[in-house]
Amino acid sequence: MSTPESAHNGHGTNEPKIALRGLCKAFGGAVVLDGLDLEIGTGESVVVIGCSGVGKSVMLKCLLGLLRPDAGSVTIDGEELSRSRTAREAAMRKIGMLFQNAALFDSLSVWENVAFGLIQARGMPHRQARGLAIETMAQVGLDADSADLYPAALSGGMRKRAGLARAIATKPEIILFDEPTTGLDPIMADVINDLIVTCTHELGATALTITHDMRSARKIADRIAMIHDGAIVWQGPAAEIDSSGNAHVEQFINGRAEGPIQLAVAHAAAG
Amino acid sequence: MKRPPLQAIGHGVLALFEAVGRLSLFALEATSHCARPPFYPRLLLRQMVEIGFYSLPVVGLTGLFAGMVLALQSYTGFSRFSAESTIPTVVVLSITRELGPVLAGLMVAGRVGAAMAAEIGTMRVTEQIDALTTLSTNPHKYLIVPRLLAGLLMLPFLVLVTDIIGVGGGYLVSVFKLGFNPDAYINNTLEYLEVMDVASGLVKAAVFGYLIALMGCYHGFHSRGGAQGVGKATTNAVVTGAILVLIFNYIITEAFFAQ
Repeated sequence: MSTPESAHNGHGTNEPKIALRGLCKAFGGAVVLDGLDLEIGTGESVVVIGCSGVGKSVMLKCLLGLLRPDAGSVTIDGEELSRSRTAREAAMRKIGMLFQNAALFDSLSVWENVAFGLIQARGMPHRQARGLAIETMAQVGLDADSADLYPAALSGGMRKRAGLARAIATKPEIILFDEPTTGLDPIMADVINDLIVTCTHELGATALTITHDMRSARKIADRIAMIHDGAIVWQGPAAEIDSSGNAHVEQFINGRAEGPIQLAVAHAAAG
Repeated sequence: MKRPPLQAIGHGVLALFEAVGRLSLFALEATSHCARPPFYPRLLLRQMVEIGFYSLPVVGLTGLFAGMVLALQSYTGFSRFSAESTIPTVVVLSITRELGPVLAGLMVAGRVGAAMAAEIGTMRVTEQIDALTTLSTNPHKYLIVPRLLAGLLMLPFLVLVTDIIGVGGGYLVSVFKLGFNPDAYINNTLEYLEVMDVASGLVKAAVFGYLIALMGCYHGFHSRGGAQGVGKATTNAVVTGAILVLIFNYIITEAFFAQ
């Protein structure tokens, strides 16, 4: 877990919890990441914003080791992930992830989903894991009645909650959120934002969120970074986002069709 | 985009080699995980029930009617030169050596191969496989290994059932329709049957079971692009599974019985 000092100051001289350096990834001829650099301090909550299809998800997949970057390095606690399978597996045990559509396992009930990491990765006995799962579910506002339901019977908001419960059940040091509010109504989105903030604070976890929902970003972030054309074009404290002085950021947060991002959108549509 | 003919041929050949290579690597990796812990006995059991138990009606009916039509057809042919007494032998040898394994294999390829590809494919496109990885669980071990092993173990069982029901179908038609003596039919059935006839069929079944599961898992695991991708994966799993069953049927027959 984080020391109080490092939790306070993510930009300190300490080694960053997560460091992405010079990350490049191309699919066929299409360059998605082009020398992306991002560091996240222990206990810090960073939100990466950007338009659809600029490489936010690819960045997350490289961090998870689901995609192998063409160049650059991904380190967690100073350990290079691509070095070995054991390094990757060790890093994975520190990470919890909330997927965009929650990615709950259809064949398992809600509590089995939440307890999956505890049972499979930690080898916890079923009875104990169930208790802990129901406890975690209560933390995200799911009552014990829904424990035995299957994911197909849940509403979008409940699925997100269950996904969040699964991500935090193993008390990870790092939590990743992939578009946590996409597809939810504004009120439910705010509820999920609040849950994300409380859960990350309670765990003292380092959080990395990718989103294009600015309300969500403002609420969750200590620091916001904007990704465009495969690289970070601006980053700074969440409070400074409105006075960034960066044309990309201003266009994005005001949701204007005109501006420097115009061309890329046209490209993406054509591709 | 139209390519010059020579380039198109080269492209096709390269794509074929690439596909075979990718499949071989996938098969090697999945098979190597069979021997390395952690194991998931509960998942294996569930797959064994899914493949073995729930396929019983399908392969049973297939076997029954295959045996029945075999007796009927052989009778119309063999009665022309008064060789009706060989019908029990023809039925039992055809069923145990060929029809049992091949028909059961094809039915299971349709039923189980498709279901595997659809389930794993849906898990892939809804990020459930990625979620497994983030929960420190190897998707090969958790999803693929139980299915491969269940296919390998349960198809011989299904084929044994098909053999018995198929011979029973031949018996029913011969005794009740064609007027055979029941005792003589059973005697003739057993007299020329050798262990190798049944054993070769069971070896085929094990290989088919592995291949069908492999095709279902491979195509599901590599499906891309939403519902359409899953549909394509399912089709590919059934088609390649069925074709491999027929190809390996010949190869194994050759290995067992070629002089």
